Amino acid sequence: MDPRLDQRTGDPVTITHAPAPTNTARITAIDLAVSTVRDLNQALHATDDGTSWVVDTPAGQHNIAVGIDRDLDLVVNGHVGYYFAGMHQKGRVTVHGSAGVGLAENIMSGTVHVTGDASQAAAATGQGGLVVVDGNTGARCGISMKGVDIVVGGDIGHASAFMAQAGRLVVCGDAGEGLGDSIYEARIYVKGTVASLGADCIEKPLRPEHLAELAELLALAGRTDDPAEFRRYGSARTLYHFAAVNAAAY
Amino acid sequence: MCGIAALQIRDVALRASLGELMHGMLCGIVDRGPDSAGLAIYNDPSLTPAGTSTVTVLNAELNPDALAAALRDAVPPAVGVTVTGFGETTLINAQIGTSALEQAVTSILPGVQIAGRGEHVAVRKGTGHPLDLAEQYDLRAATGSQGLSHTRMATESAVTAAGSHPFTVADDLCLVHNGSFSNHATIRRQLCAEGVTFDSENDSEVAARYIAWRLAAGDTLTTALEKLGGVFDGFYTLVVTTATSMAIVRDPIACKPAIIAETDAWVAMASEYRALAHLPGIANARIFEPAPGVVYTWTLDSTKELVTL
Amino acid sequence: MTNSYASRGLRESATFDRATINDIQRAATTGIYDIRGWGAKRALPHFDDLLFLGASVSRYPLEGYREKCGTDVTLGGRHALKPITLDIPITIAGMSFGALSANAKEALGRGATEAGTSTTTGDGGMTPEERGQSRHLVYQYLPSRYGMNPDDLRKADAIEIVLGQGAKPGGGGMLLGQKITERVAGMRTLPVGIDQRSACRHPDWTGPDDLAIKIAELREITDWHTPIYVKVGASRPYYDTALAVKSGADVVVLDGMQGGTAATQQVFIENVGIPILAAIGPAVAALQELGVHRTVQLIVSGGIRNGADVAKAIALGADAVSIGTAALIALGDNDPRYQAEYEALGSSAGFYDDFQDGKDPAGISTQDPELAARLDPIAGGKRIANYLRVLTLEAQTIARACGKSHLHHLEPEDLVALTVEAAAMAGVPLAGTSWIPGR
Repeated sequence: MDPRLDQRTGDPVTITHAPAPTNTARITAIDLAVSTVRDLNQALHATDDGTSWVVDTPAGQHNIAVGIDRDLDLVVNGHVGYYFAGMHQKGRVTVHGSAGVGLAENIMSGTVHVTGDASQAAAATGQGGLVVVDGNTGARCGISMKGVDIVVGGDIGHASAFMAQAGRLVVCGDAGEGLGDSIYEARIYVKGTVASLGADCIEKPLRPEHLAELAELLALAGRTDDPAEFRRYGSARTLYHFAAVNAAAY
Repeated sequence: MCGIAALQIRDVALRASLGELMHGMLCGIVDRGPDSAGLAIYNDPSLTPAGTSTVTVLNAELNPDALAAALRDAVPPAVGVTVTGFGETTLINAQIGTSALEQAVTSILPGVQIAGRGEHVAVRKGTGHPLDLAEQYDLRAATGSQGLSHTRMATESAVTAAGSHPFTVADDLCLVHNGSFSNHATIRRQLCAEGVTFDSENDSEVAARYIAWRLAAGDTLTTALEKLGGVFDGFYTLVVTTATSMAIVRDPIACKPAIIAETDAWVAMASEYRALAHLPGIANARIFEPAPGVVYTWTLDSTKELVTL
Repeated sequence: MTNSYASRGLRESATFDRATINDIQRAATTGIYDIRGWGAKRALPHFDDLLFLGASVSRYPLEGYREKCGTDVTLGGRHALKPITLDIPITIAGMSFGALSANAKEALGRGATEAGTSTTTGDGGMTPEERGQSRHLVYQYLPSRYGMNPDDLRKADAIEIVLGQGAKPGGGGMLLGQKITERVAGMRTLPVGIDQRSACRHPDWTGPDDLAIKIAELREITDWHTPIYVKVGASRPYYDTALAVKSGADVVVLDGMQGGTAATQQVFIENVGIPILAAIGPAVAALQELGVHRTVQLIVSGGIRNGADVAKAIALGADAVSIGTAALIALGDNDPRYQAEYEALGSSAGFYDDFQDGKDPAGISTQDPELAARLDPIAGGKRIANYLRVLTLEAQTIARACGKSHLHHLEPEDLVALTVEAAAMAGVPLAGTSWIPGR
């Protein structure tokens, strides 16, 4: 199946859906009311760099656009289910809607942007790239993050950034209970309130280099929040070496 | 481990579509539990006519006609009795109180499993593919104020109709569960010591019995669920319905999924968004995930209002 | 030695034996529980308590060296477009680079490849050495996702979703700072030299309903080519096997409590989980009830040492076995030639179990460059291949004696038990009787 053909008619595709991807005149439209997620993913795995895709009627289906390893643009109009853009590499992906559990889990590179909310474990274990959620996320946002950058426009749920190893988590709203529990070297910026910090997570000074990286991340996410209004959190590094006296914290 | 979908309809005009909307919701949770399924429909005049009570039995040894004939002999003269078979489920209506009807049924079918009871709710459940069961139960034709569906991937108890959800252990009270409890055996023993009896080995039934026990002791639904959180260990998303209320709670770790959508016309909960995607007005609904350990309750005005269709 | 105490009238307590006394003294001194590897050391009902009924008059044996006894096994054909076919039903279990040296990982890969079987990554990702030297490489997908990346996922011949290990069903892990060298830390995105903690649950799913979606995700990413295994520690094998099948697994890996290369708390190792002997029957029953026995393959591990163990596991219904501790011993772990160094570490050849400490004189469970250099990956690979061949020949010898032209034709009816306990656990009759306790 040539992905640049219309899935329903087999004709070369020239139609566009708003908002149009930017880097090519050629856009493939796939309607998941007609095509299967398997067809879409196979096509995305087989396509070339530089292609553009629009997906309609996702209807909350799972595993849409997982395993992309191409420098492509993809727009999804509607809500997506579990593991949307899982293990994403290189491309730029936008969802005009909300995402289910495990949005962009283990993302390596590229950008995944959700205009609505994301469920639990957004960007879990992400190793690189940028995940932007304009709305809120559920629990465990950025759990075990390993280098990904995450910008959330709204609030995040409990146990977010649990065992976060590396990368930056920016929250423009409030954070739930147990933020950054057992955190390693990731950096967390929160503009609103933090319900509670997890074990070994402490507030740290917001120095100029932090303001600079925060400004950069906010700009990448298309946000106008003032970096100076954020507070920074990170590891107290007291759990880095096992000690029985810390037993209550394990 | 399962899928849950629940819908409470405030807009009276929309109640004629309850079954149609619930069918769409069921389609969105089938993959989560292909073993078996169950439905609870509140205030469908054809399933639970006003002025009657309804009892559901599982795997009855008599066919509906024979059971109806036997029941007519067991209840006072001129009491209307209707018996309808839905696969492993038999639905029994009669113009007498619930406990009188339950007594009459068990006198004819000693030891039969009672899976539903009340004046407002019709419970049907069984083994098999959830969408096949939905056809068998003619879900799309259902109307009413509130509905609950559950699809089950059994963890540690048998795939049987008795192990299917919902669990309806007190009048008009239904419970469905996604997750697994890790200390249910102890609570079962404690409830047994209080005189509570059980129908299945299912861990979820323990939660249903616990809530019924607390409600009987005078707790509100919200209080009972809050107390449950202090007693039960493990992972759970629970939905509990009564004649007028729907309540949702997740355990304090909140591992199992749950999503709530609310409009002026309805409030809905499902394990996954895709079960909500087709609801009317979803685009402008308030959508959120219930916070861990927090009991959410929605109550319709009165049972009187419910039956006005 | 014991006799010399007895002759002096000294009597050791069975309850407070010397190991127990030492444990209490150690706990009181350090204030921390003991962590070690090597699995349960207590005596457990095991394959030793089963015997084969060789053919004689009622059945005919096959002639060794002439009549064929097949050993191949195909794994993953249920849903995967590219199932794996191994020449022998003995695989190398998952052990991480980090826990083991790069040379040890390479040697395992070389040995497995020479013997026609698979090896497995571990918590911490895939190294080019082991990918390069392994014809069949199983990529573990673990709660920590250390070093997890889709490129390696696509390079794997199979994916093993790890829910638990026999040494610690329900437990997470910890790799102590001594072993977090620059390379290990880099692969795991951690600071050098700190203790690395591994979670006990996966970060983005819990329970079989969500596992089904996770398996579907991995299949989508690999375009449905790659077999997907689900590995569990043996505790409730009947339910866990059934749920793995319902979630869509191609292969179930069941690790008994003797499974031992994972270093963890001794109290966990010795007290949580069930022996593999007791776990196979319920797992096979679940597969049979779901109608997928031998369609969904069962790999069992935990205390496999010789060809008789292999044959017994297969006779009870497993499709293949996996070895960990035995493979390390074959590589040279606990070799008497390092006796002086084991003594210096407070241990002795045959007793060394501090796999987490990174001081392994044999150069296997270490990241110390000097120690690691002691293990020649080529020679080590030869030793692994030799050992795998012996296991296979031994299993074939038994199978032929039972009249089987393939190892998979062994069946529970070929076995009897020496003890009532083993008969009950394995579901085979007590020798000389037709009695299976509990049936």
